[in-house]
Amino acid sequence: MFKKLGVNVLAMSIDSMFVHKMWNDDELSKMVKGGIPFPMLSDAGGRVGKVYGIYDENAGVETRGRFIIDPDGVIQGYEVLTPAVGRNVSETIRQIQAFQLVRKTKGGEATPSGWQPGKKTLKPGINLVGKVWEEWTTKMAFDK
Amino acid sequence: MSEELSVGCARPTGGPVGEEAGPKEQTEKIVEEKRMVMVGQKAPDFEAPGYHNGKFISMKLSENLGKWTLLCFYPGDFTFV
Repeated sequence: MFKKLGVNVLAMSIDSMFVHKMWNDDELSKMVKGGIPFPMLSDAGGRVGKVYGIYDENAGVETRGRFIIDPDGVIQGYEVLTPAVGRNVSETIRQIQAFQLVRKTKGGEATPSGWQPGKKTLKPGINLVGKVWEEWTTKMAFDK
Repeated sequence: MSEELSVGCARPTGGPVGEEAGPKEQTEKIVEEKRMVMVGQKAPDFEAPGYHNGKFISMKLSENLGKWTLLCFYPGDFTFV
């Protein structure tokens, strides 16, 4: 899916590349055929994680930080979770699709709350001021 | 006696116990400024070693310029979530 969207995925933890190899070869390759398709990077000492503000000094590990970076290298969105709760990959994909649409339209279209691919976008401009209620209802924040 | 650790999602770590060793005169601690990166700003570039497609690699974040990139940090290999 990420490949289809033209997205490079990078995973990073404080583990060494040797541990990454063992984890991929011994366990993850049993979940994902052929192993993990993206680079597993090593951030010993959490130096990169500190710069991104997601390194937990007390535990000595990275938290579950996830950054969407556009083709110009600009961070468009991030999410940070504590270790015990996993990410929602579908939501990440939805956000990337929304950011890609906004970029493609050069900001001519915006994606309101609850937007999914194929659903109505908003066209910000003087004619939309005070008229969002005609274009968007609260129900649209929830339905598929 | 050591005690058995119960294993959860947080990676167990140790640390020094008791009085801090080292010179006591060093009272001026360098306070590192902690700041989260901001949306709408450039992602800080880095270079890191890694494992990909059966090979050990070294990669710079900036190698991915021109494409969308999803950078995911996680607590550790062989954890559960």
